[in-house]
Amino acid sequence: MRKTLEEIRARSLRAIGEAAEPSVLESLRVKYLGKKGELTAVLKQMGSLSPEERPLIGQLANDIRAAVEKALGDKLAALQDELLRARLESEAIDVTVPGRPFILGARHPLKIVWDEAVDIFVGMGFQVAEGPEIEYSDYNFTKLNTPEGHPARDRQDTFYFDELDSVCLRTQTSPVQVRVMEAKKPPIRVISPGRVYRKDEVDATHSPMFHQMEGLVVDRGITMGDLKGTLNTLVKRLYGPEALTRFRPHHFPFTEPSCEVDVQCFECRGQGCRVCKGEGWIELLGAGMVHPRVLAGCGIDPEVYSGFAFGVGLDRMTMRRYKISDLRLLFENDARFLAQFG
Amino acid sequence: MKLSREWLSEFVDIKASAREYAERMTMTGSKVEGTEELGAEITNVVAGRVTALERHENSDHLWVCLVDVGGETPVQIVTGAQNVSVGAMVPVALHKSTLPGGVKIEKGKLRGVRSEGMLCSLGELGLAAADYPYADPDGIFIMRETCRPGQDIREVLGLNDSVVDFEITNNRPDCLSVRGLARESAVAFRTSLRLPEPVVKGCGDGDVITNYLDVDIENPLLCPRYTARFVKNVRIAPSPEWMRRRLRACGVRPINNIVDITNYVMLEYGQPMHSFDYSCIHGSRIIVRNALPGERMATLDGSLRELSPEMLVIADETRAIGLAGVMGGENSEITESTKAVVFESANFNGTSIRKTALALGMRTDASSRFEKGLDPLGTLPAVQRACELVELLGAGEVVDGVIDVIASDSEPTRLPLEPDKINRLLGTSIPKDYMVGLLRELGFAFKGDMMTVPSWRGDVAHYSDVAEEVARFYGYDAIEATVFRGAAAEGGLTEKQRAERETSALCRAMGFSEILTYSFIGQADNDKVNMPAGHPLRRGAVIQNPLGEDSSVMRTTMLPSMMECLGRNYSYRNRDVKLFELSKVYLPEEGGLPLEKKVLALGMYGKDADFYALKGFVEAILSHLRIKDAVYEACKDEYAYHPGRCARLMRGGKALGLLGELHPAVCGNYGIASAVCAAELDFDALFEARGREAAYAPLPRFPAVLRDLAVVCDESVTVGSLAECIRAAARGSGILEDAAFFDVYRGLPVPPGRKSVAFSLRFRSDEKSLSDEDIKPVMAAILSELEASLGAVIR
Repeated sequence: MRKTLEEIRARSLRAIGEAAEPSVLESLRVKYLGKKGELTAVLKQMGSLSPEERPLIGQLANDIRAAVEKALGDKLAALQDELLRARLESEAIDVTVPGRPFILGARHPLKIVWDEAVDIFVGMGFQVAEGPEIEYSDYNFTKLNTPEGHPARDRQDTFYFDELDSVCLRTQTSPVQVRVMEAKKPPIRVISPGRVYRKDEVDATHSPMFHQMEGLVVDRGITMGDLKGTLNTLVKRLYGPEALTRFRPHHFPFTEPSCEVDVQCFECRGQGCRVCKGEGWIELLGAGMVHPRVLAGCGIDPEVYSGFAFGVGLDRMTMRRYKISDLRLLFENDARFLAQFG
Repeated sequence: MKLSREWLSEFVDIKASAREYAERMTMTGSKVEGTEELGAEITNVVAGRVTALERHENSDHLWVCLVDVGGETPVQIVTGAQNVSVGAMVPVALHKSTLPGGVKIEKGKLRGVRSEGMLCSLGELGLAAADYPYADPDGIFIMRETCRPGQDIREVLGLNDSVVDFEITNNRPDCLSVRGLARESAVAFRTSLRLPEPVVKGCGDGDVITNYLDVDIENPLLCPRYTARFVKNVRIAPSPEWMRRRLRACGVRPINNIVDITNYVMLEYGQPMHSFDYSCIHGSRIIVRNALPGERMATLDGSLRELSPEMLVIADETRAIGLAGVMGGENSEITESTKAVVFESANFNGTSIRKTALALGMRTDASSRFEKGLDPLGTLPAVQRACELVELLGAGEVVDGVIDVIASDSEPTRLPLEPDKINRLLGTSIPKDYMVGLLRELGFAFKGDMMTVPSWRGDVAHYSDVAEEVARFYGYDAIEATVFRGAAAEGGLTEKQRAERETSALCRAMGFSEILTYSFIGQADNDKVNMPAGHPLRRGAVIQNPLGEDSSVMRTTMLPSMMECLGRNYSYRNRDVKLFELSKVYLPEEGGLPLEKKVLALGMYGKDADFYALKGFVEAILSHLRIKDAVYEACKDEYAYHPGRCARLMRGGKALGLLGELHPAVCGNYGIASAVCAAELDFDALFEARGREAAYAPLPRFPAVLRDLAVVCDESVTVGSLAECIRAAARGSGILEDAAFFDVYRGLPVPPGRKSVAFSLRFRSDEKSLSDEDIKPVMAAILSELEASLGAVIR
């Protein structure tokens, strides 16, 4: 009987080792360990054994059962591992095939520059003020120290809506500042980005509609040094901490003293090149201390308050930043152009 | 304004290089646009005296010259010119010399005879006949200038000058002159200034100007001052070389001595002048008056001008003889035979001159100065200087006496000097003495702390103007950059500004690219989107002076701009295009400025560009703004859209926008052969309708029960009405969480004219897991309501 058991052990373990499918393992389990299996059949003959032999044979039978069960389990796990491996191998794909398209829309390059400039000033505690584009000439000109008869008010430069030239398309975003000053008392820190209009024929550098951003700070004790500090911050945020500025006297009707701000040419570091037309500097924006007459006209006492204002052309800035040579591209909206800016 | 450095040196000594000079002047407010070195292209060209001349042995028109060019031996040069003679002083381009236009001269042989260079004509040196009127324009330039052989020709002809081009701002007409820029230069370089007063001897023969002329100013507002002097026994001739050279350097063409004198004085003093031939002044009387209705006059440029009564003219008793401050009349022009001259030096109203010049399209050197408003005290020194030059040039005899009609007087501006205020504005601590010193040099006169502003500085009227004067010479760069303090102001974007940014970002995430289009369009653009005549949106604000018909109306709808862009992209064969713009339309309002409304326009064509795709995008935008209760109403009569594929977005009875597939005819108008879908959403209204920020709601504790429901109904019954009916029928039960449409089916076994619509219903209770028994009565209620109100029966 012992011999028979040992033979079953050997045979079953061999068969398990040779099995190639989980189903084969299942039938082997039935064949050897099932109710009608070979091991059970042997155990049924236990009664014929002597009382001394019985526990020994029982022990042996149990050992064999355990060994077979373990072999079955191990083999099943191995077979399943192999199957999974094979399946995964068969499922391999070509990862260089492009993904299913998910097209993101593009930002307009001018809007990128716009948002960036706004964010810089918002970070400095400014608010964004908006105002009408169709504006009273009073706000666009008169209250900005540009009286009737001033060349800037000519019909060849400004679009008008009535015979009296009393309503126009704003030529600058400055009227927004007037509206802000009329509406609230200092401290004032606002920027006003927006569309402005001048009667220029369309060409590579001109457009009858373009974009400006103006800023205004009014408070007690605001100085021209503050204007310089603020605009230096803007330039460094826009062009990096190395950027150099120079403040050059200029003339604007609604600021006094006035200046233009140049940034040192990035191409040649001030040596003079094609980009800066040999000057070493690139004109960036206009600025100045708000003219006391403008403050007074808006109901702000110029003896108590002072302020500065500045304006920058966003279209020019966009063109420079992305090396766009023709302004018309900004308004043509060719999808291939827009897609370049993500 | 072009400035000759040589001319400038008459008034101020400045040693700075071109670059240093440009830099300093720019930084003190006179921006230099560029510097031109005259004669920069001319090298190795010298004056030479012809010492021998003989015919070329192999030619009947060439000459062989020996020319003394200052060396030990003369050079031999072959020339084809016929005006050369022994003893003539000529410009000689030596071996390896260069001439204007990149011409290079080298020695060589002409018909076998050695030639060591070239004799030059005026043209070859880049000069014109007017520059040297005595020269033969067709031959070699035989020079009458004082010079020695071997002397650099640039020195001889004044071509060693450099000309600085200034951009002068409109507030500084005084700097449109050599003397004005000399003053600025002197202060910029802290050096002394020499501004001599003109001295006129006069003929002293007892003759006086009033024997010849009267001046009447009829319009003192437009002509505050008119100063005149009279010159008799005029000898018209070319002006001397130095004068012609300076005029040429400043870009003015020399003509004759009298005309050149007026131009010279204008450049030197900034005061435009005019000279009349006295014999042409009828009635010995100059009248400054407005033009008569229908009056015409031929100006010096030969054009006949139609004048209008707001224009100011200089007239005699019978006719206009000059267009005040703009250009003289042809009828009183200085000619070869002019014997007596009236010099006019007047002050005119800037705005009037500007408008006249603009109306006639003839901006001149004179008008561009007058229009900025000139020094009323500038007329007399200028006319004196002209007379001084007449005497210097021997161009005539200056008759004693000046006619100086001051029709309206102007007081000089007086201001206190307020150093503390100035320092407070600039953020500096500049000493008072420093300010006073600077201002004195600029011509300000002091009496204690009161300043009299110089008459030529009409731009200085306020302490802030004085601050600028101080600051620009102190140096803007010397002002320390500071960070302003002051009360904390609340920075940041408003909720609406943030919503605009987020909505734009959402549109981009959905694949729409942002565009920027012009705010003005033409009525033809409204035609292109089929807008009917007389439609209220046709009444956009009209620009009175547009660039063209196609940009003459402020848009009242974004659709034409969007379609234009889509059409352009289509014509570029760009596939699957999706665009958006968040911008304004302009709706005229009674009595006041137009309403400027922000509109979000979406447009697309190509793959998947159909109504439901667009509606999905619109729904996403609404969901982003937490707008839950909007409904879509079919819209059959929107002119631009497909009558069966257009919806109006409504909320609480108010329209929020339109969306749909464009009418094929409209697509055709833009050359687009595929379907286009577009939406125009009123962003202001959307923002107003936005939902509140959500508070947290507990997640459901009990499972949902799902039931699909398919009903058959007539084609005319909409999915929206079915869904609404289902919700309404179940409302009382409180357990229908959602009724989501998922399919519509047409075809057998559904009879023609009817369709099967499927919904997925989701039931849930907050209190327990629902059983079939809970749902059955609700389903029954839904079915009976569907049948009763919409004729829809379970399939």
